[in-house]
Amino acid sequence: MKPEDALLAYTLRLGDTALVLGQRLVELVTHGPELEEELANANFALDYIGQARMFYSHAAALEGAGRTEDDFAYLRDGQQFGNVLLVEQPNGDFGDTIVRQVLFETFYIRQLDTLTRCSDPGLAGIAARAVKEIRYHLRHGLQWLVRLGDGTGESHARVQASLHRLWPYCGELFAGDDVDEIVGTHYGGPDLSAIREQWEHEVHALLAEATLEVPDEPWMNAAGRQGVHTEHFGYLIAEMQFLKRAYPEATW
Amino acid sequence: MVAESPNRQQVIDWLAQVPDPEIPVLSITDLGIVRDVAVDEAVTVSLAPTYSGCPATEAIETTVVETLKRRGIDEVKIRRVLAPPWTTDWISDEGRDKLRTYGIAPPEKGAGKAALLHGERSIARSIACPRCGSIDTTLVSEFGSTACKASYRCEACREPFEYFKCI
Repeated sequence: MKPEDALLAYTLRLGDTALVLGQRLVELVTHGPELEEELANANFALDYIGQARMFYSHAAALEGAGRTEDDFAYLRDGQQFGNVLLVEQPNGDFGDTIVRQVLFETFYIRQLDTLTRCSDPGLAGIAARAVKEIRYHLRHGLQWLVRLGDGTGESHARVQASLHRLWPYCGELFAGDDVDEIVGTHYGGPDLSAIREQWEHEVHALLAEATLEVPDEPWMNAAGRQGVHTEHFGYLIAEMQFLKRAYPEATW
Repeated sequence: MVAESPNRQQVIDWLAQVPDPEIPVLSITDLGIVRDVAVDEAVTVSLAPTYSGCPATEAIETTVVETLKRRGIDEVKIRRVLAPPWTTDWISDEGRDKLRTYGIAPPEKGAGKAALLHGERSIARSIACPRCGSIDTTLVSEFGSTACKASYRCEACREPFEYFKCI
């Protein structure tokens, strides 16, 4: 694979991950448990959709084939989306949402932080913008994780169950392929094994603080990056793409 | 059509009259998102987006184009600049004064120095009340009416106010 092809694939995967998580959070708009959480969630969703747009626009420029951000978001089939599977998992209850966000964002912030120093100026610029936003999200997520874990018996049991459900998807975050390797070598992209070490250290400490147990479920072998998704993804993308596909000329 | 190209400073002065759609007391130059103005056959305005998903980004671009067209400039190009990223440190001192007068506590300086991950779990620091100046204030919510603001309450004058987040 040529380095520029790897960079394009890598940028698209970042866009896919941001878009899919943004779409998940959009599903919660008007369903927040209280006003503050409603505002928080809508802000997070907006950040992710914004990040996805920037990654897709950059991908369109790298590709140079006249495609636009909308083409990437709306006119590709599920198997062409390379998001990690963790972000397509359903919102579930509030604990599920918080656990998903924390497990993903403790990884994503490190991925972005490395990318701020990568040699592709477009990607570095987007990462610098996005890393600040994720830092703000995490402050919110970490407070809730501790509050729920170290809260009532009910909240503790439910968030521990969320953790068990979502834990198997975490391994994929660190299981890169040749795209990650080439972007690492040629553009200074992140070293996933180094991030894994930092992530484990931080997440274990966080769970201890939240009086939660580190799940003993093994990490599953997943291939979201290669377009192999969980069942939930089909429903998400069908809803997201419906309007554009049914009314291709629609503009707004 | 104008007979001759306007000079750069003139264009910047015109841009200083374009308000931010969400906080209209600030102009886009106060906000620090106008990175460059180049005048040749066309006028190219380089703008830095604030937040990735800021809904005002496109509204601002449209207003810039319309404003300059009204001044007789037919060829206006907008260039989005991502690097270096916009932070609240780009807000001018004049902009900070305008925010305070408007009732919004301006962001603290030093956005770039924020810790990457650890340590800070809350933005609750001594934010001065924009009305009475007291620093006896309480964070009500990290999220406010727009993505860029948090909600506070002043314990001295008992008024609620918004704080422009340092990001």
